[in-house]
Amino acid sequence: MSGKPETVRGTPLETADFKKGKVFTVSYVPKLEYNWDTGVAVGRYLEELKNGRLIARVCHRCQRVMIPPRMFCERCFRPTDDWAYVQDTGTVNTFSLCYVSWDVRRLKQPEIPAVIEIDGAAPGMGIMHKLGKVNPKQVRVGMRVRAVWKPAAQRTGSITDILYFEPIKGGAGKPAKPAAKRKK
Amino acid sequence: MGMRRVAVVGAGITKFMRRALETPKELAWLASKAALDSAGMSLDQIQGVVHGTAPDAFDGLHMKGEYLSDGSGGWKKPYLRCYVGGGTGVYAIAQGWFHVASGLFDTALVVCEEKMSTCLPHPQAAFLTIFDNITEQPLKPNLLWIFALEQNRYMARHGITVEEIARVSVKNKHNALGHPSAQLGAELTVKDVLASEIMAWPVHRLMVSPTSDGAAAVVLVAEDVAKTLTDQPIWVQGVGWCLDSTYWTNRDLYYPEYVEKAAWMAYKMAGIREPRKEINIAEPYDPFAYKELHHLEGLQLAPKGQAPKLLADGVFDRDGDLPVCPSGGLLGVGNPIAAAGTMKICELFWQLRGEAGARQVPGKPRRGVAQAWGDLMQVGTVVVMGTEQPA
Repeated sequence: MSGKPETVRGTPLETADFKKGKVFTVSYVPKLEYNWDTGVAVGRYLEELKNGRLIARVCHRCQRVMIPPRMFCERCFRPTDDWAYVQDTGTVNTFSLCYVSWDVRRLKQPEIPAVIEIDGAAPGMGIMHKLGKVNPKQVRVGMRVRAVWKPAAQRTGSITDILYFEPIKGGAGKPAKPAAKRKK
Repeated sequence: MGMRRVAVVGAGITKFMRRALETPKELAWLASKAALDSAGMSLDQIQGVVHGTAPDAFDGLHMKGEYLSDGSGGWKKPYLRCYVGGGTGVYAIAQGWFHVASGLFDTALVVCEEKMSTCLPHPQAAFLTIFDNITEQPLKPNLLWIFALEQNRYMARHGITVEEIARVSVKNKHNALGHPSAQLGAELTVKDVLASEIMAWPVHRLMVSPTSDGAAAVVLVAEDVAKTLTDQPIWVQGVGWCLDSTYWTNRDLYYPEYVEKAAWMAYKMAGIREPRKEINIAEPYDPFAYKELHHLEGLQLAPKGQAPKLLADGVFDRDGDLPVCPSGGLLGVGNPIAAAGTMKICELFWQLRGEAGARQVPGKPRRGVAQAWGDLMQVGTVVVMGTEQPA
């Protein structure tokens, strides 16, 4: 017997089929709530965000200064060793100009998600955040940026305590060197 | 390796549709029955069933694997659902391969199904939960973000233009015109693609695969069974898969190392040393246009950063030196997540048997590779299939 799909089956529906009541549907809206524990490493990360600082964890074996912080190194598969504050500045590794919201509404002004390599962390260590106070047409890979924080009283211990990252004026400057002094 | 040789002896597929009347279970049944018919087999000849389907959140049905088992021929059989995000549809073949290669079963049915259309207002919202729940979800990311971020990184590292990437959509949507299951076959120009809405620069609407409902299935059997069923078994010559870290912002997205590792795992098993010379057809995963090029590089079928040039030179056309996505891919045939990967396996089966009709690539291809990808820019799954029985 031939394997050739001469006729393939399936019944495509059009919007009109629903409007005219040609097909029956049943609706369901799940109502679930969760209360996630933030854990040892990310719990401290959030605490420091509330303080207006970024903190990383260091693995002495591979020498990576890791952000977001983690209590174990997934590569060396051993405990990480130290906490280290890193800068709230960095370099745009990549970005997008996004005209669609998370729930698929169209946006006139694009959101600018980016991966930002954080100064003081190991090379290539980025976090996801958004860029702001910048003309979308002027965003570039390699652009130097700085975190813009919420006022201290409004911070809640969330990644959104950073409102966005904005370009550093005259920001062609080189990224800072990885953290030399590591604080406990 | 002490493993038995495994052949694909049948393949079946449904239409891929924006919205299907059929339930997920009915779709799985249609594909499963078509695959059994194509092999000339009945369900009582099947000893084990492997099922693949993506997040339960699309359907709003918990334990979707169990829900789908009856439609997938799983009644009173060893039945197991597997899931590695978008990589599922190709990985499921590897899992079916274990079943038979190990000697545990002589026959296995592999069925992948997806029905995305029931999730409102758009299944995209269900993807919010793939991002880290504490450090990323509060930023309200959407799925387009990570694709756009990766495409831009790939473009920036190599100096690739959006025009070069748009050609993938033109090729695949053209190829899909020959596929009876296709949802979005079309004759387009690069200009049309670039004139389509910018969803998330550098991603335009026509560079994104659609959401789809559909199913696909194949029958795998041991070598001695294959010879009783068909003169044209298509052999599974190699399987591979690899998962990178979930810390996706900590690695350079310009190149998928995990795809390279998965590919070499499969190539070594298949005895392939020079993939570009030894592979005749490729079905890399193309949920977004740039992904086809990115994956061809990971699959070692183009040097890093060179896939766009080979595409422009016509190398990847259906009558080119290395036809790529002759099926029409996810961009043209559609993207019912898990079923889309298995659609690529079906395509290799038909192409290698010379049964691909309007889509048949010339030159009697002897070996092909299918690849899928998924999770958080993270998993590569690879299957090599060919007309020659592995040594």
